[in-house]
Amino acid sequence: MEPRRRAPRVEFLYWEGCPSHPEALDLLREVLAGRGIDARVELREVTTQEEAEALRFPGSPTIRVDGRDVDPAGADGRPALNCRIYYLPDGQVSPVPTREQLEEALR
Amino acid sequence: MTTAPQFDLEGVDGRRHSLDDYADAAALVLIQSCNHCPYVQAWEDRMSAIQRDYGDRGVRLVAVNSNDADDYPEDSFEEMRSRAERRGFAFDYLYDPSQGVARELEAERTPEVFLFDRDRRLRYHGAIDDSRNEHAVTQHYLRDALDAVLAGGEPPAAETMPVGCTVKWRH
Repeated sequence: MEPRRRAPRVEFLYWEGCPSHPEALDLLREVLAGRGIDARVELREVTTQEEAEALRFPGSPTIRVDGRDVDPAGADGRPALNCRIYYLPDGQVSPVPTREQLEEALR
Repeated sequence: MTTAPQFDLEGVDGRRHSLDDYADAAALVLIQSCNHCPYVQAWEDRMSAIQRDYGDRGVRLVAVNSNDADDYPEDSFEEMRSRAERRGFAFDYLYDPSQGVARELEAERTPEVFLFDRDRRLRYHGAIDDSRNEHAVTQHYLRDALDAVLAGGEPPAAETMPVGCTVKWRH
């Protein structure tokens, strides 16, 4: 029998000042459910610049799977309380990651 | 706030721009804006398109960045000039380091629209349209308001909820 795969650690860091996090959290939970992954999403609100620096938080939302950012290209951005920029395949920008980025991170 | 605030701000074109400089405009659209916000970035091509489409009808669209550039260096005047050139902005882009315009407008978000008629009375306040994704737009709030104001009528919606980043106030 194939051993059951360990559920990944999923962290969701957000700043209340940016309105994108509810949409991103819904999308994340949808992707987790779609892939049959029974993982608890660890929510963490970032409220100060000091926290942003300590957590290496480049903007809201930031999502990590087993410690790896779902958008590695943007993971090293300057820590700040702001809305994070995600780049879409067509070059447009978005304040939330794409479904494909989340799927890839959870693969 | 029911009338346009007085201002005299430096633009990315190297000139100063005051409210009086727009006296001939049939409508003046002030948009609280900035560089770093993904919501602004998602909408800025539509801001240019509106200026291009309505310029012949006397509309002036003016973006104002009031964000604290010390905490958000992407919003510095130099970065504004660089972004405006790179993106080919069709609208004026002004720097408000004292944050006086944002305070007068009582702005909270970027982007946030304030449409003033020929008499500089506020006629529409809120979002540019109803989706940051231009392919998903169903309501063109600002364009509809401009059409109504230019025709001497009332905007279908005088107020909508602006969606975007917060204005970055100095502490």
